[in-house]
Amino acid sequence: MDRSSSLLDEALDLDGLTTPSPSQPARVVLVEDCVETSGAFILHHLMKRFLSPHSSNAVVFVAFAHPFSHYERILRKMGCNLVVQRDNNRFLFFDMLMLECPGLDGGVGQSIESGLFALYGKIQKAVEVSSLAESKRNITVMIDDLSLMEVAANGSSNHVMDFLHYCHTLTTQFGCSLVTLCHEDIYSSTERATIPLQVEYLADVIIKAEPLASGLATDVHGQLTVLNKGFYDGLGSSRSKMRNFHYRIKENIVEYFYPGSRT
Amino acid sequence: MAESVSRALRDGALDGEHAPALAIKDSGDSPFGLAVFSHVLTQLASNVLAGKSQSRFVVLDCYTDPLGWKERLMECGSITNSSPKVSVNTSLCKDIRDLDKLFSLILQQGKGFLGEGKSRFSVAIDSEPGLSGRKAHGGGSLCLIDERADLDLMSNLSLGKVSEMLRHTSTSSVAGLISNLRSHNLVSCVFWLLHSDFHEIRVAAALEYLSSMLASIEQMTRPNDVPRDNSQNISLLEHNYRRGKFHVRFKRRNGRVRVMSEEFQVEQSRIKFMSVSSEDGTIAQSLVPKVQFNLQLSEKEKVDRAKVVLPFEHQGNGRSIDIYDGRRSLNDGKSDTMPASSEKVQTNEDSGRGEIIYFRDSDDEMPDSDEDPDDDLDI
Repeated sequence: MDRSSSLLDEALDLDGLTTPSPSQPARVVLVEDCVETSGAFILHHLMKRFLSPHSSNAVVFVAFAHPFSHYERILRKMGCNLVVQRDNNRFLFFDMLMLECPGLDGGVGQSIESGLFALYGKIQKAVEVSSLAESKRNITVMIDDLSLMEVAANGSSNHVMDFLHYCHTLTTQFGCSLVTLCHEDIYSSTERATIPLQVEYLADVIIKAEPLASGLATDVHGQLTVLNKGFYDGLGSSRSKMRNFHYRIKENIVEYFYPGSRT
Repeated sequence: MAESVSRALRDGALDGEHAPALAIKDSGDSPFGLAVFSHVLTQLASNVLAGKSQSRFVVLDCYTDPLGWKERLMECGSITNSSPKVSVNTSLCKDIRDLDKLFSLILQQGKGFLGEGKSRFSVAIDSEPGLSGRKAHGGGSLCLIDERADLDLMSNLSLGKVSEMLRHTSTSSVAGLISNLRSHNLVSCVFWLLHSDFHEIRVAAALEYLSSMLASIEQMTRPNDVPRDNSQNISLLEHNYRRGKFHVRFKRRNGRVRVMSEEFQVEQSRIKFMSVSSEDGTIAQSLVPKVQFNLQLSEKEKVDRAKVVLPFEHQGNGRSIDIYDGRRSLNDGKSDTMPASSEKVQTNEDSGRGEIIYFRDSDDEMPDSDEDPDDDLDI
């Protein structure tokens, strides 16, 4: 299992993500998924990696999709206790499901912005506090997911992009990483899908979770295409690379393997 | 060709003309606009640095706080840490939506420099995350633009992502800003970056009309031709993320339009341009199907082939050869003497050579060639 799970890690260059180094700039990761293949497991995988006991990294999680208990259950099965991490201030959870849903009170345009502005203020504050707590720690801001965020912003993609732009300024200011999930096929009919396109421009790593092109299979649940642009690195692995492999989601773990390496 | 772009920007505006303007256009399939943008910026900066006495630059930072959120947060006291200043000459633009204000801010920055007795200033408006990102990470390769002592009162101006501006304002106001800048007599050149797939075609076209040079970046090959899931496609896509085509359209004052093409390769955060022709050769070579037979000749093989003497060429070492056709003795006047003498001469000179000597039995006999060889057959 160790070998196979490292396929994703290797493609993502996860060591670079989890251990901050001066030559390695902060990374922006975009996970794109489809209706048939959810990309949530990649977020869980990354969350577990970031919160591994060997590091002091922190995660700021902005949830539009699920409540805390959902993530907590999944991560517990994977061997990571989110409640403990939350108490240690390594996992900061923003529940955007209900009450803080921006833009539902008052006038439309201004209130959406003020709602997202308030959320951004909280995130920046959290990032500031946790970067002050320990100087060498790498903070990751995760957003699950952008499409629901757009729904929460009453469909105003411009405001979502403003918000993302400000989150992106955090990566340069504090050296944070930014991980976002986006549903691709919601936008498939529109001519210019602004949000996925813009985030693709920003992203250093794009992970696409798709169903197999050859159709359904019982023992393969989908394929991942990982594009690691990484050409702004200082030294070493500065070439962009692309990996494609299949995965199978099991109860607690996900298996990754190259096409054809399984019978 | 990338040099000619840099050269045009370096030379700046002529008196009574608008400043040269470069639009860099890329798309999601080949997102190297930023790399080209910073290449142009560094070229311009080094050009400026080469002929100048002092080096300074102003950065008008539209990236860090384009909507003034951070300022508001700081006023509330909820955040403390203001963005780290990359350079002393950085100033923040806190409302990207108000382009009139932005324009006056740009001019104010520029004139501020002029007030200090400098003759030329440059402003890089940086709404571009990648640029400031690399600055913050000490990439070091990026030196921004400076003033130049030996030239007129002009500024170079690079607008980061115009796409970002267009998101906040209308096309007409961005076009107005660019056109105002171009026609301003303090501005020596303007360039900007545009992601074409964010905008409608007419928006991109409107901004292209404002530019005197358009650099568009395209991918090398279209992946759509190949089925989606095979491994070849992956490597093709990977290939596309390292290199691409670079087309530049120059518009001259007299209306002549010239289009040039180049290819580029991205390596180690730098971009390398090369001419198309050299690249074509290698592609053509790689397109030849792989067979067991060697279809190409090496240099040595070509030389060896040229040395081979064809049959009949080697007999006589360059002299013309008489081939006896059996009739000459009949028709030639010297037919009586020639056969015997020529036989003698030949045997003396070329004793080492094999030779067939044939004497006809009689002159009445018809030449061999006229006989029917199958005469004796009873068919």
